[in-house]
Amino acid sequence: MRLDYPSNVKIIKLPCTGKVDVIHILKAFESGIDGVYVAGCLEGECHFLIGNLRARKRVEYVKGLLGSIGINPERVEMYNLSAAMGTRFAEIAYEMTEKIKKLGPSPIKTKKGKEYPIKE
Amino acid sequence: MIIAERKPIEEIIDMIKDYKKIILAGCKGCVAVCAAGGEKEVGILASALRMAFQKDGKEIEIKEVTLERQCDPEYLEQIRGIVDDYEAILSIACGAGIQFMAEKYTKTPVYPGVNTKFIGVTEAQGVWSERCQSCGNCILHLTGGICPITRCSKSLLNGPCGGSTNGKCEVDPSIECAWQLIIDRLKELGTFEKVYMNIIPLKDWSTSRDGGPRRIEREDLKL
Repeated sequence: MRLDYPSNVKIIKLPCTGKVDVIHILKAFESGIDGVYVAGCLEGECHFLIGNLRARKRVEYVKGLLGSIGINPERVEMYNLSAAMGTRFAEIAYEMTEKIKKLGPSPIKTKKGKEYPIKE
Repeated sequence: MIIAERKPIEEIIDMIKDYKKIILAGCKGCVAVCAAGGEKEVGILASALRMAFQKDGKEIEIKEVTLERQCDPEYLEQIRGIVDDYEAILSIACGAGIQFMAEKYTKTPVYPGVNTKFIGVTEAQGVWSERCQSCGNCILHLTGGICPITRCSKSLLNGPCGGSTNGKCEVDPSIECAWQLIIDRLKELGTFEKVYMNIIPLKDWSTSRDGGPRRIEREDLKL
């Protein structure tokens, strides 16, 4: 396909998104990463039946946790796509990169205090 | 087991905001099983707290420890060597563990990271519910193994009351009527006529909290 996607996206391979735990995502943010997305298989098509559904719940939990410490929960997302959806994969990488660019660097790095809830 | 729930992070941050070096102490007992204060939760809370401080340009050093239990003195002793190096302890054990920690380390302030809720069971993964109020005088043999003290909203000894509708409690339709459960169970056991027809007399509440804080001493076990 020779598709390209933003070079800032670093891929961490796992046997199944069901392996993703809350602490893994938190550690990424703690190390100064600006955003994290979990790319799991399409819902209903998990080889381990519900690994991707579990991952989604954990992502939701992390969103709540980030929000409660003043970090925008949109910095973490869950996506579902199949291994055959290369175009979608690249699309998501661009989509997420754009979103994070708009949000700017993580306050954990900038030390500028709360970025969430967003003040109108 | 004792069921607890993590306090809102904002509340925890407010308690420890002035410290730079703390111990975050989990417990491998009940609170680990109900996913509120075990090793995993220590890791998650420590990470969240570090980030909360870092984003404000503050540094906090968090020593993560998870003791076998915080309600037994020998396990609390395991951190004696390091306690003086830290300004405070944030404990995510149950209320008993947190208090025992404070009792053993009198010079270090101890803060609670969880709210201790009740003595209960795991109904399903991620779902816990109350089963015992530790009234100190068990009557489960009279009620088909279902506790009316805990599970009836009014703690009625002779129920049900008029608020029981279709097996549900008037307090909240999501609550099962304990007395409906008791009657159904006694019928299933074939002991309804024999057991239910006897009026349960007034309960002596002096064995419960009404008699003040409780204590058990066993001479055969003392050293």
